[in-house]
Amino acid sequence: MASDTPRRNLPPLELYVPEPKFRPGDDADFSDIEVPPAGETRRPDTADDHGDMPDLAYGLVRVLDEDNKAVGPWDPKLDADTLRKMLRSMALTRAFDERMFRAQRQGKTSFYMKCTGEEAVAIAATFALDRDDMCFPSYRQQGILIARDWSLVDMMNQVYSNKRDRLMGRQLPIMYSTKQGSFFSISGNLATQYPQAVGWAMASAAKGDSRIAATWTGEGSSAEGDFHSACIFAAVYKAPVIMNVVNNQWAISSFSGFAGGEATTFAARAVGYGIAGLRVDGNDALAVYAATQWAAERARTNKGPTLIEHFTYRAEGHSTSDDPSQYRSANEAAEWPLGDPIARLKNHLIALGEWDEDRQAAMDKECAEQVKTAAKQAEKNGILGHGLHHPLETMFEQVFEEMPWHLKEQMQDMLDENEAANNVAKTR
Amino acid sequence: MSRGDNSTSQRNMIQAINSAMDVAMERDENVCVFGEDVGFYGGVFRATAGLQEKFGKTRSFDTPINECGIIGVAVGMAAYGMRPVAEIQFADYIYPGLDQLVSEAARLRYRSAGEFTAPLTIRSPFGGGIFGGQTHSQSPESIFTHVCGVKTVIPSTPYDAKGLLIAAIEDPDPVVFFEPKRIYNGPFDGYYDTPVEPWSKHPASEVPDGHYVIPLGKANIVREGSAVTMLCYGTMVHVTMAAVETLGIDAEVIDLRTLLPLDIETIEASIKKTGRCLVVHEATRTSGFGAELAALVQERCFYHLEAPIQRVTGYDTPYPHSLEWAYFPGPVRLRLAIERVMEDVSGEV
Repeated sequence: MASDTPRRNLPPLELYVPEPKFRPGDDADFSDIEVPPAGETRRPDTADDHGDMPDLAYGLVRVLDEDNKAVGPWDPKLDADTLRKMLRSMALTRAFDERMFRAQRQGKTSFYMKCTGEEAVAIAATFALDRDDMCFPSYRQQGILIARDWSLVDMMNQVYSNKRDRLMGRQLPIMYSTKQGSFFSISGNLATQYPQAVGWAMASAAKGDSRIAATWTGEGSSAEGDFHSACIFAAVYKAPVIMNVVNNQWAISSFSGFAGGEATTFAARAVGYGIAGLRVDGNDALAVYAATQWAAERARTNKGPTLIEHFTYRAEGHSTSDDPSQYRSANEAAEWPLGDPIARLKNHLIALGEWDEDRQAAMDKECAEQVKTAAKQAEKNGILGHGLHHPLETMFEQVFEEMPWHLKEQMQDMLDENEAANNVAKTR
Repeated sequence: MSRGDNSTSQRNMIQAINSAMDVAMERDENVCVFGEDVGFYGGVFRATAGLQEKFGKTRSFDTPINECGIIGVAVGMAAYGMRPVAEIQFADYIYPGLDQLVSEAARLRYRSAGEFTAPLTIRSPFGGGIFGGQTHSQSPESIFTHVCGVKTVIPSTPYDAKGLLIAAIEDPDPVVFFEPKRIYNGPFDGYYDTPVEPWSKHPASEVPDGHYVIPLGKANIVREGSAVTMLCYGTMVHVTMAAVETLGIDAEVIDLRTLLPLDIETIEASIKKTGRCLVVHEATRTSGFGAELAALVQERCFYHLEAPIQRVTGYDTPYPHSLEWAYFPGPVRLRLAIERVMEDVSGEV
């Protein structure tokens, strides 16, 4: 509403609303993205002061070069066995995603989220962490569990909310949780796990433990207040935590510009907080491994937190409820300049003479078989659409450690209702 | 501080709260306290005074001005296995941290099927009567009683404050502990028109030095009576008592102490005895906790009631600064409500 007061002769202001470079029908062209050559970025000593490395927040740590060789100071120099294990975890994650995506389309569950194109982000990082380091993931880090050899059947039971789902059918599919696997319960409220990871890390430090925490969020939800709360606490108390921002370019249909990605890098947020910040090629498993290893060493030696931006691309939709063809160019994933993380690691192993296409094909088949067998086993425990798998009473359990009177009364009401409905659901 | 199991000391509420944390920290090294100004300075109300000196900086420390961070960090610490006691300097500031409490701490046990828990305590001064204006006076307790998985506790005396806070810290579930700051420094005499004596000079009362708990979920019958049941908590317990004594009415006054879980048995037994019910709280009326109390009493005791349930509450406005004594429910507002609730069905008083 214009003011009634006479104005000086000034040009009208304009509100800027960001717009992604490509929309459906456009040919994606990423030639403007600056991709520095692999091996070019310096690797500071892990004991160096965060203030001496702001350049790393604006660069891009890359290890695998155009000839599929590992080059430069960030090369973690992993043995071939470790590389093959990492490749297998990534392939298994992709196969798992494929199967569960189809399961959703077949009506076996309500919802699924793939991490296609981002497998290296979770898996290579997990390989660089200890198994008892606590992970506070967001919803696209199923690779952590797979890299930790967690049971696929157990994961699928959760996706299906079936009778063997340890979470009693209370969580949305894919929102895994396992204390034994050092994998913190996933929340649908975005970035809430960030301050929690910092708190866990602070407790570990206060207790003189040696375990560290790591957390992941998307670039979209790095706009949440929780992200900034976590950064200030992590910086102030030098918490032994690794804060990962998975910049996969899209937050459902909002491109990274709406999270501030046009103005600067996400890693650069670390600079303002006095945190070490690294920007990493998220489709380069070796770069992700090296960055995580570096950050973990800083955390373990009381040098404080590290914020790592994984520059990557969400090759699929946000979830099974999303239709990316409605808002982005069809060929973006194919044109993504940093390639596919699985293909790059595979080609690296081949270049080392430690792998070949036949073995890759055999492994892919094996992964598909493993997933298929697991799915059959999980489906024996039930799928979402087929009945109420858990006794009705479980709905009221674990709201509190002990059930208060009002929940007991409401539970009785529910049991009465079930009886009136001819006991359609099972009870204890 | 501790001088043996049976020793007691004169303490006002803030000193009792301080003693509760001291005792809890001494008994369990996982208990840590933090919040804005909590460490070196001991809190703006001095609730944590001396704790950093005694237990060190890793167990009592200052935090950034960031309620989302304070509560979020507390969730992580609790999930690790510690017993964090976080202070939100004023209840009015709890809103930026609400999501961490409501969506995270409250549901962690449920959504992880008991694998992860958040046994944390959020302490926060609440309520008006100290000329705090609309940013230092609110009573947001009903927001938390509406949330599944959080316990809400409000003490009204130094003795209760210590016993309830120790119980809250030792409780396996997340607890929001609202401290009525109007009576931090001593029992408030309950007269809004005679607080000429500075409230900071009000006397303390006897509080045990050592460890004791008042179980959560147990109300306290402050005064037995047969004419009407008055349900109240926090500062309003004192206002209610002042009104009852002035009017010379045979009221039963129940201090709820814990809003969730609520001691429904005590409430029900009392209403069935008196047949009349008056609910008193300082929070705004609409959707306030008094509405829940009135609904529960109506559902359970309707045929015992001889008059409609009455509510005495703050008004549905932000807390005014200069007019706060007109906002604050006082004995006169109670008297008018008591007159209404004591009316016979015939309409005669």
